[in-house]
Amino acid sequence: MTPIGSRPPSVDTTALRKVQPRFSGIESGHGACQGCGQALAARLVLEAAGPDVIVANATGCLEIFTTPWPQSAWTVPWIHSLFENAAAVAAGIEVALRAQGRTTRVLAFAGDGGTFDIGFQALSGMLERNHDVLFVCFDNEAYMNTGVQRSGSTPHGAWTNTSPAGRVRQGKRHFKKDLLAIIAAHGIPYAATASVAYPSDLRAKVRRALDVSGPSFLLLHSPCPLGWGHDSALTISVDRLAVETGLFPILEMERGHVVGSMKIRNPRPVHEYALPQFRFRHLLAETPEAREELEHLQALADANIERYGLLSDAPGPRDSGGADTVRRGGSRWG
Amino acid sequence: MREALEGSQAIARAVALCRPQVVAAYPITPQTHIVEALARLIADDLLEAELVSVESEFSAASVVLGAASAGSRSYTASASQGILLMSEVLYNISGLRVPVVLTCANRAVSSPVSIWNDHQDSMAVRDSGWIQLYCADNQEAVDTTIQAFRISERTELPVMVCVDGFTLTHTLEPIDLPEAGQVDAFLPPFRFSRSLSTARPLTQGTLVSPEFFTEMRALQHGAFALAEQEILAADRDFAGLVGRDSGGFLRVEGDREAEVAILAMGSVYGTLKDAHRSGLLGRPVRLLCLRAFRPFPAGAIREAAEGLSDLIILDRSLSPGSGGIVAHEIRSALYGSGKGPRIVNFAVGLGGRNVPGEIFREMLEALEKDPPAFSFFDLDSGKLPLPSDSVMPPS
Repeated sequence: MTPIGSRPPSVDTTALRKVQPRFSGIESGHGACQGCGQALAARLVLEAAGPDVIVANATGCLEIFTTPWPQSAWTVPWIHSLFENAAAVAAGIEVALRAQGRTTRVLAFAGDGGTFDIGFQALSGMLERNHDVLFVCFDNEAYMNTGVQRSGSTPHGAWTNTSPAGRVRQGKRHFKKDLLAIIAAHGIPYAATASVAYPSDLRAKVRRALDVSGPSFLLLHSPCPLGWGHDSALTISVDRLAVETGLFPILEMERGHVVGSMKIRNPRPVHEYALPQFRFRHLLAETPEAREELEHLQALADANIERYGLLSDAPGPRDSGGADTVRRGGSRWG
Repeated sequence: MREALEGSQAIARAVALCRPQVVAAYPITPQTHIVEALARLIADDLLEAELVSVESEFSAASVVLGAASAGSRSYTASASQGILLMSEVLYNISGLRVPVVLTCANRAVSSPVSIWNDHQDSMAVRDSGWIQLYCADNQEAVDTTIQAFRISERTELPVMVCVDGFTLTHTLEPIDLPEAGQVDAFLPPFRFSRSLSTARPLTQGTLVSPEFFTEMRALQHGAFALAEQEILAADRDFAGLVGRDSGGFLRVEGDREAEVAILAMGSVYGTLKDAHRSGLLGRPVRLLCLRAFRPFPAGAIREAAEGLSDLIILDRSLSPGSGGIVAHEIRSALYGSGKGPRIVNFAVGLGGRNVPGEIFREMLEALEKDPPAFSFFDLDSGKLPLPSDSVMPPS
């Protein structure tokens, strides 16, 4: 792909990738749960972005499990301020570096709560002011750090502790906020979604985002085995199903326009995605209400496929069943 | 050279003399003129700084937190609701021990909404871990702003310079702005010991378990002991350059041997001094102007109160259900130090109500009538609802 930004990155990422082992921004030994999608996603982001970066991290699991004083898993300069201000802290770091003539890149890390909900205002302001910051949202679709409560990102019909399924409720009644469209409306140079099930795609998007001068945004789908209620060995396969059902479309946007998408080779029905996850299990019950909600979820997936043209005409190496999968060992993009 | 300057213009010029690299702010009355003046200085290339016009005070405080953490001298200003919206970040800045200077253009807090001056906003964040210095006039505001950067950077504690909204921010006074060379000699370039850098990748803002939390808080508290020395040293050293001080912890003026004293914070002190000079007080009175509220200079207050029979404390903020906040702290400071004075606490000048020079004589006369420990001195009972319409008990 041609870099769309004018500014060269501050490190030679191509040379860096050839160095084995890959740069590790988060060392092992942290306290994440088994199968944590966020720990994996953060490691992948820094493999592609590091080492010449500064991270501003919002409050959340990632902050908690990597920094139990006096220990730290981070090998890059890292600051955690509050839940809702990662974008603003990152913006402050970025202007300071600019004032000092330093070229280190600035990343903001937040979960979906710190992005879709409480941190949204600071994020919107940072994008509008055109700060040269890559904002990464690790989207596990609920407030996991506080014990699985619904967020603006929680999918329709999903169980959480504040959207429980019961006699007269089928989980979350509202839709997952279409954050990417809102981000796109800011007209920023680059925004994309990615999944931990497609690590090469994810890393390529990090590199692309850092090639851009100005704000960029990545929405990284990161399963939470504890909060989603799936076996911790299934993180990758569950997240592949999120992509293959169409529920989580993999997209790239430039200046608000979709410029690329990962095609789905073999679309899967949403009940296959629901089956291994406790949060959707009530939708598989033999009741009219459950059937109706499952149909709604299928309709949402179908609408994504339709809207973004996600069906592939012919198998390709970059589609959802292509070479860029952990299952096949991952020959990489770019 | 003395110039006629609006308080806000003078503060902006003082900030510019300190060469901040990053200024972040969100507009709120009566802080706006300060940031507008800084924007013009930047636009005219008289100040080389990044102005970040953020979308909220929350982000203003967050941007200066990030910028200072990355090693740039950083400044912000706010007031009232803005200070309260910032409050979560203010605690965080202090806990992270990040040097930042903030001007609080003191204003009342809603509800009822008021754009006018009192001290409720800065008092609401008195426990946030910020050094708080209150300015009696605009020359003090200028000098204290410059001193604040040095105090902050030496102690790694943030400093809030409290300046009465409108009364000072929007008032023209003859101001002596120091020369750039004088400020450069007083304030060396900012070198932050824990600057975010790939050369030394530190982790900051970690999760601290009960095993270490108390020690972290004790370190933060202990830094205020150092702050006491730095506040005095900054005022002394700056006075050596410009020939005037800003009062250190507090000023003791008027009739120093008098047994009755009136203590004020901020611009009301100017009115009090004027009343004293004009003979409006009608008797000898010791005048106390408290400048440092955090760290709280208990020793200096005890010394200033020696020999007093009566101490009137003016509060321009209120802890509903308790009374005046300044008086509460001074009572604590004087408790147990022998035979302390009778302390009479008056709330006065809330929400911008004028405090005329004549009011102090009325206060002194009220001492003869055994006043309650706390009362609203300028309360007009004629404006209150009838007792039958109100939860207020009949007086």
